[in-house]
Amino acid sequence: MNVAKRTFDAVIVGAGGAGLRAALQLSEAGLKTAVLTKVFPTRSHTVAAQGGVAASLGNTTEDNWHWHMYDTVKGSDWLGDQDSIEFMVKKANEVVVELEHYGMPFDRTDNGKIYQRPFGGHSMNYGQAPVMRSCAAADRTGHAMLHALYQRNVRANTQFFVEWNALDLIRNSAGDVLGVTAIEMETGEVSIFHAKATIFATGGAGRIFYSSTNAFINTGDGLGMAARAGIPLEDMEFWQFHPTGVAGAGVLITEGVRGEGGILRNSSGERFMERYAPNLKDLASRDVVSRSMVTEINEGRGCGADKDHVLLDITHLSPETIMKRLPGIREISIQFAGVDPIKAPIPVVPTAHYQMGGIPTNYKGQVIAPKDGNPNTPVVGFYAAGECACASVHGANRLGTNSLLDLLVFGKSAGESVVEDFKSGNLTLKPLPDDAADASLARIARLESQKSGTDVHEVRLTMQRTMQKHAGVFRFKDLLSEGVTRILEVAEQSLHTEIADKSKVWNTARTEALELDNLIEVAKATMVSAEARKESRGAHVRDDAPDTAEHPNGRDDQNWLKHTLWYRDGNRLDYKPVNLKPLSDDVEPIALAKRTY
Amino acid sequence: MTLNRGRVRWQCRRALLELDLVFTRFLERHFDRLTDDQLADLEDLLRCDDYDLWAMVNGSKACETERWKQVIDLLRER
Repeated sequence: MNVAKRTFDAVIVGAGGAGLRAALQLSEAGLKTAVLTKVFPTRSHTVAAQGGVAASLGNTTEDNWHWHMYDTVKGSDWLGDQDSIEFMVKKANEVVVELEHYGMPFDRTDNGKIYQRPFGGHSMNYGQAPVMRSCAAADRTGHAMLHALYQRNVRANTQFFVEWNALDLIRNSAGDVLGVTAIEMETGEVSIFHAKATIFATGGAGRIFYSSTNAFINTGDGLGMAARAGIPLEDMEFWQFHPTGVAGAGVLITEGVRGEGGILRNSSGERFMERYAPNLKDLASRDVVSRSMVTEINEGRGCGADKDHVLLDITHLSPETIMKRLPGIREISIQFAGVDPIKAPIPVVPTAHYQMGGIPTNYKGQVIAPKDGNPNTPVVGFYAAGECACASVHGANRLGTNSLLDLLVFGKSAGESVVEDFKSGNLTLKPLPDDAADASLARIARLESQKSGTDVHEVRLTMQRTMQKHAGVFRFKDLLSEGVTRILEVAEQSLHTEIADKSKVWNTARTEALELDNLIEVAKATMVSAEARKESRGAHVRDDAPDTAEHPNGRDDQNWLKHTLWYRDGNRLDYKPVNLKPLSDDVEPIALAKRTY
Repeated sequence: MTLNRGRVRWQCRRALLELDLVFTRFLERHFDRLTDDQLADLEDLLRCDDYDLWAMVNGSKACETERWKQVIDLLRER
């Protein structure tokens, strides 16, 4: 079939923080760059990031990159690659100052420097005291960052294809990446974007879970495309959960509510955190609170008709305190729980928040996969950055404010690698195979002709409930193995989705069906990888891998200090070593230790 | 020029989960019954930044643009 073809030096999929930062690098170097995005760039989910961006500027308290590196390795529960982590923390000051020059409105100290605030997990002198490392623009850091980067890209003449949905990665017989296929929503036409370099910056896939803080656009499109093209997904069992999302909605209730005196209660009204954490109680760390909540629910002490949540109670606080200190929370509770927290407690559940795994890359942003005995062979022409990628800097658990840093550093690094490879002549426009668009056209054609099929919303909901129940914040051996069977059944159903609306233009039903194709790949990767990893580490916590003297926190370095690689083909798993060696001689490796705070 | 309803529906996909949830309810209850004028008002409103839009929907910020008020009221319905 004849398909329109457009040719660029580079094509970037996704226009959130990582995509925009990469695009800037390319456009300013004079490369002809296309950015495909399914929503307008400033409506990307980077907008929702509030906390700030980590950089050891030392503007308010003493700080240096060695301390930041230690915190990040420890936070990752030693699953992060130390070369990538060293690279990221060393580059932090540079990328933050660049943003400042782009006009990012950072908060300021009295003497005009970027103001920095403390954040969980960030410390001075290797864990001794909290450090002020987070650079923020009020509570809208991600929003301000995205606007600054977008404006700069407009200046650099980056070409945006807005409301274009990328469909599939194009590879040749040697495995080199030659671009993507994409559908323009306005016309319904499929085109080929033929390029010397392809960068994925498509964000996370938090929508695989029933309860997620992620916006609806976070459907793991890049991960699905990579998996279908035979690229493995790395460490997909690691998802960060936030303890207090509004039950049934997922909207985040900030930790500040418990800081102001909020109490978690079970169905009998008991303040159950007193049993799990007698000292810190409701203010224990995120993972401890989340697991305690799930234990209450699993043991039948949950609240509501389905006993599927617990209650966050602030009714003992004065209405004045709630109105003054927690106004946003009151609005969220009224809107999404139908409850005024002045009068009644808020129903909450642990909620999926951030995907630590993703498309495997090195610190240069090059996508890597096992080939000829080397687990880290670059895939020619393919790069990735941001939440969709796994560099791996977050390992088994991410520190707050390191995600905005990740997307700046590795967005820029991926862009620099493309420019370098381009200038050295390593990137050429390779001929497209004749069947370059066939797989995408077949997916579209199937949706048009499917009869007696499954319903997209029902299959998605079944997937989300399966993931929540079988691979949630606290994991159980039997539930995981049953979960693998269940999610493969859902995957089978997803092959037969049917849409009632067959219109060619602006068909949102078709878009949702195509998104489900991507979500289900991420769901399978997560379930299969989680079932296989028989230890507890960071955000992956199993009841059959408890804290013992032999295995502190349930972590088993002898058998499981390795990265998971999941392949779509046959749900095959492979593993590769964690890089415990830093990039340079400037720093010694951070030695393995028990992760305690 | 008449707006394409599918296009406006897609633009109700936002960056914040709070708004996605509000729009899900709105799309189910009201979207198909909007007049062409209301659709144009909605399309105009959707150009707002997400935080401004959310503030108008949750009532923490007053809507000062006359043509948005009717749609904001529908979005505020629980």
